[in-house]
Amino acid sequence: MKKYMIHLNSRRCIACHGCEVHCKANKNLPVGPFLCTIHCTPLQKVGGVPKTEITFSHCRHCEDPLCVPACPTNAMIQRDDGIVYVDAEKCIGCMACQKACPWEIPVQNPDTDKAVKCDMCMDRLDAGLKPACVTKCTTHALKLVTLECA
Amino acid sequence: MKKSVYSMCGMCTVRCPIRVESEDNQVTWIEGNPHLLAGALCAKGTAGIALLNDSQRPQQPLIRAGARGSGRWREATWDEALDYVADKLKAIKNQYGPESVVLSSRGGPWQGMYKAFIHAFGSPNYTNHDCTCGRNTHHASLSINGVGRKGFAYDIKNAKHLVLFGRDMFSALRIAENNQTLDMLEKGGRLTYVDVRQTMTGAKATRFFQVRPGTDYALALGVIHEVIKREYYDKGFIAQYVTGFEELCDFIEQYTPAWTAKQCGIKEKDLLAFVDEIGEDRPSVIFHPGWNLARYQDSFYASRAMHILNVLMGNIEMKGGLFIPKGASDCGKAGIRSIDCGKPDIRRGDGVGWKYNHFDKGPGLAHLFFENMLKEDPYPIKAWIAMRHDLCSGMPDPQAQKLALDKCDLLVSIDTNYSEFGWYSDVILPESTYLERDTPIVQQKGLKPRLSLRRKAVEPKYDTKANWEIFTELAARLDLEETFPFKSIEELWAWQLEPTGYTIADFEEKGFVELSDKDIFYDRDKLDGKFGTPSGKIEIVSEKLDQAGLVSLKPFEAPPAPEKGMLRLIYGKVAVHTQGHTTNNPMLSELMPTNTAWINTRQAKKLGVETGDLVEISSSDHSYNATVEALVTDHVHPEAVFVYHGFGKEIPRQTRSLHAGVSDQKLMIGKLDDWDQAGGGINLCQVFVHVKKSIRNTKRRVEL
Repeated sequence: MKKYMIHLNSRRCIACHGCEVHCKANKNLPVGPFLCTIHCTPLQKVGGVPKTEITFSHCRHCEDPLCVPACPTNAMIQRDDGIVYVDAEKCIGCMACQKACPWEIPVQNPDTDKAVKCDMCMDRLDAGLKPACVTKCTTHALKLVTLECA
Repeated sequence: MKKSVYSMCGMCTVRCPIRVESEDNQVTWIEGNPHLLAGALCAKGTAGIALLNDSQRPQQPLIRAGARGSGRWREATWDEALDYVADKLKAIKNQYGPESVVLSSRGGPWQGMYKAFIHAFGSPNYTNHDCTCGRNTHHASLSINGVGRKGFAYDIKNAKHLVLFGRDMFSALRIAENNQTLDMLEKGGRLTYVDVRQTMTGAKATRFFQVRPGTDYALALGVIHEVIKREYYDKGFIAQYVTGFEELCDFIEQYTPAWTAKQCGIKEKDLLAFVDEIGEDRPSVIFHPGWNLARYQDSFYASRAMHILNVLMGNIEMKGGLFIPKGASDCGKAGIRSIDCGKPDIRRGDGVGWKYNHFDKGPGLAHLFFENMLKEDPYPIKAWIAMRHDLCSGMPDPQAQKLALDKCDLLVSIDTNYSEFGWYSDVILPESTYLERDTPIVQQKGLKPRLSLRRKAVEPKYDTKANWEIFTELAARLDLEETFPFKSIEELWAWQLEPTGYTIADFEEKGFVELSDKDIFYDRDKLDGKFGTPSGKIEIVSEKLDQAGLVSLKPFEAPPAPEKGMLRLIYGKVAVHTQGHTTNNPMLSELMPTNTAWINTRQAKKLGVETGDLVEISSSDHSYNATVEALVTDHVHPEAVFVYHGFGKEIPRQTRSLHAGVSDQKLMIGKLDDWDQAGGGINLCQVFVHVKKSIRNTKRRVEL
């Protein structure tokens, strides 16, 4: 059921934070919410070179999402391809989804007062394109992975 | 209506190729040009949308209404503002002569147009920001190779080893170069990084040397010593193209690995292991000769040493090495025309070309104007036009600059943003953002040279103009139509392209015109004539330097240690900002609204400071102070305090960046005159500052 994943090749990632901004600009988000983040661990010497581990985090698009049943207006929807998204028309901004999510992924958009979260840029996927963060990754470190059943 | 155009990014001076989508005159999407960058773009590139929509940029011409720097402006029409500037310029020309006007810019591919304007006006005084950037590297390259720093480019992708002395490329972000470097690493290549602190570039490196500040030159000398001792150099290349090798061998004898390790504060065995790697990887070892090396009193010589290491590798004009960038003539094609005007035969106001004969006359050296302005020697300077050049953020000691600028009757800022110089100026002529303006066509040299240009994606949001329009309209008011005859950009493009046989329609498909479909390399056995030195060879010992009373091979002098209670101020770049240009950008200021002070763990302990504590940084004379958070880390040298450049701005209309963080330039009191006599760059890292824990760390609470 889950069809897509975004994978970070951390060897190529230079933590330029481009993905965070590409995402925000594509979703037209104001100051405040971020739908994906880059995190660097504190520098630690490995073989004489201070190194950092870089991780990319965004909505995990759970197989069995807790946010979907928590939504009182059925605004949180899971598509057949596993993408979990907010139907802004139905969302009333109660943020029950955020409380239900173990990682508090959905955030409130201060411009609309509605919940907003990563939807894998499903409009772009449906148009045959890749998510904004993947398309514009400065070093091509982010990849869209399509999962297949064995 | 939906629209897609190819253009060039303008968020930093790398000018990456982009594709921009818009709908109903709103930019909806920016990505790296898919034909060249496969979509890749950095945070700054995407934040162009925020720049475009930012209401905190000048929205119409402004004429000063209060005292300079008071921030009192009156809004003016373009006709009014341009008439005002033109009338002042005419009056200055009549009273003091045309040479009393200086025009400075950032530099870049369109600087020919700005230069042509001031030359046509009658002044030789065109200058740019390079005295705070690449002049030392440029002059180092000229002295050895006879060509400037852009006379060579680097085939990093095919190299086996890239060596970077403080060139923090994964923060400076040239997207194509960054991807080449990562490709090289993926293929098993090596990256050695040298700096006084750890950076993202160093974190990707296979070897890292954290050196004592001001010892890059010592390290390079130690490497040269070992490379020569072990005969890891290309004897054939040196015999064919190089002079001065014997002198180098004699000179380098004293700089042993043990001496080097002691000077730099590194381990001798690490240095020897590094040279082992060079032995394995040569000749495909690229020693990057530095970018912004306006740092120490010996940065020019440090850059020369890096150039010499490339020469020893014999890596010139080969795959995985350095190559000479090719242009239209190398493809058997005619080049484009560009707006141009010869330099008037008048001595420059900065002394370059008559007092200082070993420097490139092109842009001279901006910082050398100030003292001459105060002394009115060789003549008074009465106007300064800054074309997107923020002298007051870029050069040391803005208060000292302002004393000289006060001698001027006219200060003009042409910029998309308010700048610290603009805020002090008399007139702000607001330039349209790069998303709202067309530009003349430029040639981009390389292994596969291209013609490229910037196309406007949307119409200007505010009452702003493109730079070519501003200069053309000023030129019309000053009777300079001969140099600026074009009434529209289409007319200008057609004239530029006429000799080439191309038309503007040829740029539609990809956003550029490729002049060659394959990489062009010259025959490595026939490079005679490619080096513009007096002898036509690569000169390790330069006669031109001798004539200027400078040595070619300069003994290393250890830099002084900071006095008690002081640290050496080191600045650098971050991937999400372009110096001071973007600190007020709504999207980028959200990522990084201020800077911090990096202090070594050992020093911090002495100061009683932990990460997150506020520290007070003061200039040597205490005339400038700022309070910022400390970042305590092992990964900055104990003698240094590091800050990111571009913060500490004092422009009230830029509310996001107002007083955010500390300004390195404002800490550099008296440092406008501390410059490299050999290379011309300002010594931006020869500044000591007071650092102490701030009293503002109190946990007590008095307010209700």
